[in-house]
Amino acid sequence: MLSVLAKRLVQSALILFGVAAITFVLLYALPADPARMLAGRSATAQTVANIRHELGLDQPLLVQFMHYIGGLVQGDLGRSYAQKTEVITLIFARLPATLTLMAAGILIEVIIGVTLGTLAALNRGRFIDRAVMTTAFVGVSAPQFVVALLLLYVFAATLGWFPMSGYGTLSHVVLPAATLGILGAGWYARMVRSAVVDVLNQDYVRTARAKGLSQRRIILRHVLPNAVLPIIAMIGIDIGQFMGGVVVVEAVYGWPGIGQLAWQAIQQVDIPIIMGVTLTSALAIIIGNLIADFLAPVIDPRIRSN
Amino acid sequence: MFRRMLLSTTAAAFLALTPFAASAQDAPAQGGDIVVTYKDDITTLDPAIGYDWVNWSMIKSLYSRLVDYEPGTANIVPSLAESFTVAPDGLSYEFKLRKGVKFSNGREVVASDVKYSIERAVNPKTQGPGAGFFGAIAGFDDLTGGKSETLSGIETPDDGTVIFKLSRPDATFLHVLAINFASIVPKEAVEAAAGDFGKKPVGSGTFILKDWTIGQQLVFERNKDYFVKDMPHIDSFKVEVGQEPLVALLRLQKGEVDIAGDGIPPAKFLEIKNSPEGAQMIVDGEQLHTGYVTLNTKVKPFDDVKVRQAVNMAINKERITRILNGRATAATQPLPPLMPGYDKAFTGYAYDVEKAKALLAEAGYADGFETVLYATNTDPQPRIAQAIQQDLAAIGIKAEIRALAQGNVIAAGGTEGEAPMIWSGGMAWIADFPDPSNFYGPILGCAGAVQGGWNWSWYCNEDLDKRATAADAMSDPAQVAERQAVWGKIFTDIMADAPWVPVINERRVVAKSLRMGGPDNIYIDPTRVINYDAIFVKP
Repeated sequence: MLSVLAKRLVQSALILFGVAAITFVLLYALPADPARMLAGRSATAQTVANIRHELGLDQPLLVQFMHYIGGLVQGDLGRSYAQKTEVITLIFARLPATLTLMAAGILIEVIIGVTLGTLAALNRGRFIDRAVMTTAFVGVSAPQFVVALLLLYVFAATLGWFPMSGYGTLSHVVLPAATLGILGAGWYARMVRSAVVDVLNQDYVRTARAKGLSQRRIILRHVLPNAVLPIIAMIGIDIGQFMGGVVVVEAVYGWPGIGQLAWQAIQQVDIPIIMGVTLTSALAIIIGNLIADFLAPVIDPRIRSN
Repeated sequence: MFRRMLLSTTAAAFLALTPFAASAQDAPAQGGDIVVTYKDDITTLDPAIGYDWVNWSMIKSLYSRLVDYEPGTANIVPSLAESFTVAPDGLSYEFKLRKGVKFSNGREVVASDVKYSIERAVNPKTQGPGAGFFGAIAGFDDLTGGKSETLSGIETPDDGTVIFKLSRPDATFLHVLAINFASIVPKEAVEAAAGDFGKKPVGSGTFILKDWTIGQQLVFERNKDYFVKDMPHIDSFKVEVGQEPLVALLRLQKGEVDIAGDGIPPAKFLEIKNSPEGAQMIVDGEQLHTGYVTLNTKVKPFDDVKVRQAVNMAINKERITRILNGRATAATQPLPPLMPGYDKAFTGYAYDVEKAKALLAEAGYADGFETVLYATNTDPQPRIAQAIQQDLAAIGIKAEIRALAQGNVIAAGGTEGEAPMIWSGGMAWIADFPDPSNFYGPILGCAGAVQGGWNWSWYCNEDLDKRATAADAMSDPAQVAERQAVWGKIFTDIMADAPWVPVINERRVVAKSLRMGGPDNIYIDPTRVINYDAIFVKP
C-alpha cells in the first residue's frame, strides 16, 4: 500500500512538472508580448525593452523556465506582471470562493444526478426513463450563460428570493451552485443510470429479490454501493474542473473565484497568473484523482483484494 | 479588453460648462455613500503602473499632482502646487508647493517627494508604462539607460520648491505633470509595501483606500484633510468588481448600484435610452477617441496611395455607427472633434463606391485583389470587420478577416509586412491627455513605425515629423492657438497620403442612478472618466 502511494506521488510530481513545462512553452510561443501589453501605446521602445528586461523576458526560454521551476519548488509562483502582487496571494484570496462553489456545486450535482439516474434505471424503457434522459441531455448541452441568466432573472431579479450577485452568505451561493448543479447533474444521471442498470442485472441482486428483500433495501444496500465507484471517479475530475474556475458562471454572478482571475490574466497576457491557476487546477485534478483512487478500495473490497 | 484608455471628454467640457456654474438646485451637496460596479477586477492603484480606464479615475482621486484639471474640463490649474512659473525659453518650470498638505500616513508632502515620485515613474525597475512621457526632463536618458538612479533635471532647492529643467521645449509638459504617472507618493510607504504599493496605496488625494477585498470590493473613504475645502462631496464610494454589465444594470434599476462603470450592454442600450426613467440614467458623452483602419504602406498593394484613397472612399461609415446603435459618429480625420486642432471644415474622403472603383482601376487593380483584415475577437469588433469586408467586396477587394485576441493583433501590427489592414476597434486610440500631439508620435509618426511599434500603417513622413517636432517646441502660452492650427494641418495633410481610414468617433456610456447629481461631464470627464471628486448625491 505504501509503495503504491509513493509511486503515485512521484507520478503526480512528474505530471505537475509536465503541465508546467507544456503551459510555459505554449505561453512563450504566443505572438502576444507581455511587455508590450504592459507598456501600452504611449510607451517608447526603450520603455518596452526596459520592462522586458526587468521581467526577465529577454532571457532564453530554458533559463526562464529553470528560473520559474526554481521558484516553484520553493512554493514561489512569482509576481503578477500587471498587478505586481504575489501570484500566491491572489490565488489564496480567491480560494475560499472557489472551494465553496465547488463543494456546493458538486453536492447539488450528485444529489440530483444520483436520484434521477437511479429513477431512470429502475424504470428502464418507460416514460420516466426517457424523460430523465432527455432532461439530462438538455442539461448537458445547455449553455451555462443562458441557464445562469435565466435563474438570475427569475429568482433574483423578478422574485427577489436571492441576491443578484456577490459573495459572503449562504443565499449568495444558491444560484451559482444551482446553475452548475443542474447542468452537471446530467452527466451524473447518465452515468448512474448505466451503472445501476449494470448492477441490477447482477446475480446477487436477483438473489436479494428472491430472498424477498424490499425494493428500498435492495437499492440502498445492494445496488447503489456497487454503482458508486464511477461517481467517485467523476467527482475527482469535477474537483479539478471547478478549481480551474468556472468562468461563465463566475462572471454572471460576480463570484470572486479563480476563473475570473484566470480570464482577466489571459486578456492581459499575465503569464505568472495563468501559470499559477493552471498549476492549481492540475494539482486539484491530481489530488482529486488520488483521493478517488484511495477511496475506491475502502469502499469496494474487490479492489482491495486485487 | 485592453481598453488602455485614457481621456475621454464631453461636448460640455469644451463649452466650458463647469459643474459649479450649474443652477442652484444642482449645487453639490455634501455626504452620501455610493456603490460603483465594474466587470474587471482592479489591477493596481500604483500611479506609476496603472494605465487602464477603470483604475485611472480611482488613482486620480487617491493621489494629488502638482497641477490638475478643473473638473469636467481640459483646463490645467495648480493643485499640489500653489503657483508655477515657466521660463521664457520653455526650458525651466518652477513650482511652489502648497504648505501643510499631508499624505494619508500623516507626513507632510515636501519637494523631495515630487522628485522621488517622478524618478520612480521613470526608473526601469518600476516597470511603469508611463516613463516615456517624461522624456523632456534633463537626465531622462541616463535614468532609463541605467546610468543614473536620479533625474538631474529635477531640483529641490528647499522643501517648498521644485524646479524642472528640460532638455528640449515641450509644449505638453504641464499635461504631463497632470497625468497619473506624475502623482506624488511617499517613499517610505512605497518601500514598506515591498513591491506591492499598488495594493497598499498612500497618497494625498481626495480619497483614502480604506479596505480592499481582492476580487470583491474596494472601499474608498473621503480624505477629511484634503487641501481643498468641501472636496470631495461624497463620504465614500464602494467599488464592487466582477459585476457583469447586464447584472449591474438590473441592480442599478433596483437602486442597489449608483454607477454602472461599464455602461449599458449594447443589446439593452436603445431600450433603456427610450424609456423615460432610463434616459436620465444614461450618461452618453463624447471622448477623445478615433477608431480607424490602418492600411499598411509597406505591404502591396497598399504601398500605392491611390489604393489607400480608394479604400477610404469605399467604407460606409454611417452603417458602422448603426452597428453601434448610434453610439458613434463618422470620422473624417485622425483627430476626434473635441480635440484642439480638429478641422471642422475638413470633410475627408466621402463615401463613393464608383469613384473608389475608378481609382482602383487607375492603380491597375480594376479586378480588385485579395488581402487580410485583422480585428480583435470581442463583440462588436468582428461584426464591424464584416461590414468593412462587405464594403471592400463592393469595389472588388476580397478581404479575409482574422479575428484574434488583442495581444495577437497588436503583435501582428507591430511586425513589418505582417498585417495589411487592421480594424482598430477595441484597441483604438484614446488620448492620454487633451493635446493633438498625443495622436501623432506613436501611431502616425516615424518613431512608431518600428518593430513592436503602434504605427500599424508603417507610415513615415519625415516632413510631417519635422513639423510635429517644431509644433511641440512652441511652448509659449501665447502660441497656443497657432500651435493648435499647426497640428490640425498636420493631421489633415496626412489624409492626402491616406495611411488610415478614420472610421468613427465612439462615445463612452456610463449609467448612474437617479439620486446621483451633477452634469454629465463629471461622469465622463475629459481627463478622468468618472470624477469621484466632483460627483455628489442629490439632497
